[in-house]
Amino acid sequence: MTGFAAYGSLRHVGRAVLLALVVFPVIWVLFIASGTSFGPAIDDPKDFLITLLNGLTAAALYFVVASGFTLIFGLMRVVNMAHGAFFLLGGYIALRTQRNMVGGDVGLGLSSAQVSLAQWVVPALAGVAVVAGIGLIMQQLFLRWNQGQDLRQALITIAISIILADQMLAHYGGVAQDISWPGTFDKFVNLHVAGIQYTLTRLVILGFGLVIGGALWFWLKRTRSGMVIRAGVDDRDMVSAMGINIQLTFAIAFVVGSALAGFGGVIGGSFASLAPGVDANWLLNSLVVVIIGGMGSLGGAAIGSLLLGLTTNFAAAYLPSNYTYYSIIFTFVLLAIVLAVRPLGLYGRPA
Amino acid sequence: MSSSLSSRLSADRIAGAIFVALAVFAPLIFSEYWVATLLTQMLFLGVVAASLIFLSAYGGMVSLAQVSIYGVAGFALGNLTTNGNTKGLNLGWAEAPAIVVALIIAVIVAFVFGALASRSYGIYFLMITLVFSVIANLFFGQVTSVSGFGGISGIPIPDFLSRTAHPDRLYFVTLGVALLVYATLRYVARTPFGLTLQGIRDDPVRMSSLGYNVALHRTLAFAFAGVIAAIGGILFVWWNAQIAPSTIGLSATIDVLVIAVIGGLYRLEGAWLGALVFVVINNYAQDVDLVADRFHTLIGVVFLVIVLVSPNGLIGLWERITAGPRRALPMDITQERGSAEPTPVG
Repeated sequence: MTGFAAYGSLRHVGRAVLLALVVFPVIWVLFIASGTSFGPAIDDPKDFLITLLNGLTAAALYFVVASGFTLIFGLMRVVNMAHGAFFLLGGYIALRTQRNMVGGDVGLGLSSAQVSLAQWVVPALAGVAVVAGIGLIMQQLFLRWNQGQDLRQALITIAISIILADQMLAHYGGVAQDISWPGTFDKFVNLHVAGIQYTLTRLVILGFGLVIGGALWFWLKRTRSGMVIRAGVDDRDMVSAMGINIQLTFAIAFVVGSALAGFGGVIGGSFASLAPGVDANWLLNSLVVVIIGGMGSLGGAAIGSLLLGLTTNFAAAYLPSNYTYYSIIFTFVLLAIVLAVRPLGLYGRPA
Repeated sequence: MSSSLSSRLSADRIAGAIFVALAVFAPLIFSEYWVATLLTQMLFLGVVAASLIFLSAYGGMVSLAQVSIYGVAGFALGNLTTNGNTKGLNLGWAEAPAIVVALIIAVIVAFVFGALASRSYGIYFLMITLVFSVIANLFFGQVTSVSGFGGISGIPIPDFLSRTAHPDRLYFVTLGVALLVYATLRYVARTPFGLTLQGIRDDPVRMSSLGYNVALHRTLAFAFAGVIAAIGGILFVWWNAQIAPSTIGLSATIDVLVIAVIGGLYRLEGAWLGALVFVVINNYAQDVDLVADRFHTLIGVVFLVIVLVSPNGLIGLWERITAGPRRALPMDITQERGSAEPTPVG
């Protein structure tokens, strides 16, 4: 009995530690924040709001990429380890297409004044289409006949990601490059809140996240093919026994999931830059988002993206200046808290 | 059936004896470059891969965090033993206490990683440990007080092992450690601890019903494998004299997975077999124009072919050859094993 009692009190201690880990950062950001460049939020609401917006826009990009990852996993139980490589490839294809379209001497890179809206949209579509095609080929050629062996499928996608990453290094080089936003997006807008001038590009990213989230929600919840996918998530065998072509559904899900990785790469390449190693970071982001949110759940991907986006941005902004480089630890702490409470993620459920 | 089994056993023993004999007499047979560079590297990479294969074969846990633990040990040793002239803490400790403390730090990290991942199974476990690995890499890349992007260089090797003292000593020490690791892992697998671990691999729900603390047991197994990986990390730092975040990046993580898969994820011997193939391909690829710069494409293709053709790796191929036609193939390790979730009914 004493053993049980001790175990119980240990649990209480654990809960208290977890609670403190959640509550303390909030108090810190709102009221203390000593040694940071901004100071506490009550003294400096403007920078707090900017950090919040940065977190939300980062979350939107995380969501675009991770929703594709979770869609593929949810339906097919395939952990696509090549998702990060797809992200990078989509970005590179768009980059090359844009430079070809704009033409002339690119030099160190294009400036947004040289780029029209079409010269961003067409490269984006090219990147998305190529990655969607490669995703489809990978699924049909390698994954389809290994269905149900999820570790083997993960190993196959790892092999593909090694090859893709090395080939991208060969073709696009090791120097960081970026896609140029069109001039229409590249400006500041006045939000009329606390006098914030905010970059339109980040708001565009937020818009993409919301539109894609809404479209996926509508597709999965309101259309016939979406319903087939959700039915497939619950019981693959039953769906195919009812005469529905589940293989076609799988292929569609893989195309859409890969396309989202590619589109994420286009946005990411415009927002930040493309270089070797970016693929690993985005695989990490997608994995963290879906582990936090719960594999295969769209709502989970949204919550996971929000938590990750806010955590990374607030950690970078509100750590004391000498310690900003410790911000990566907060990603780990976030993951640890969620795994300690819900090993399957916030919205996860047993397969 | 029994005759083919015994013939396989003896074939295994003969092959094993030949390998060990070749390893012991390697300095007489191969050039100094081969021994001091390639074979030493093969041995410590095999130690790390063996820690992964141990978890995978006996615990059903395919962990991608082994390289991060290897890195934690390496960085800890680097910070403790260096004395100025490099990044990091430069604590200037003596070797012996530094090794002990480095191992302890690595095991604590392994324990925390294991505790967090211990309630996840199959592919979830793989993903979570991969995240740990990438986070460890970013941590060392960003935290300049312990490493920073360029890493730690000029890490001293014990005088006794230095190349100037004797060119082959580090090789023999690494060989001895590798043999010891192999024997220890074999032994642990047969102890009650190892048998319980195998029970958990096969049916965690039943083991839990029998009163075993499944999560704790998996955590301890993970920490134990962490010791092995950390030993590999220390050997690596001695061999390389420096360690950088890129040494434990995603590509290194995948390299160790590739080694384990090429060898075969379900038998410990596969670790060193896979490491040998990896190191040799790496070495010869440098001389071939077509693939010299594209080593990872080559490794990716080899890896893909192995996964597609022989999921049990080279050891699986070996068993198929020595077993004769009648023997049933070993269970495909790449099939999902030990899933905790009860199979849904209906």
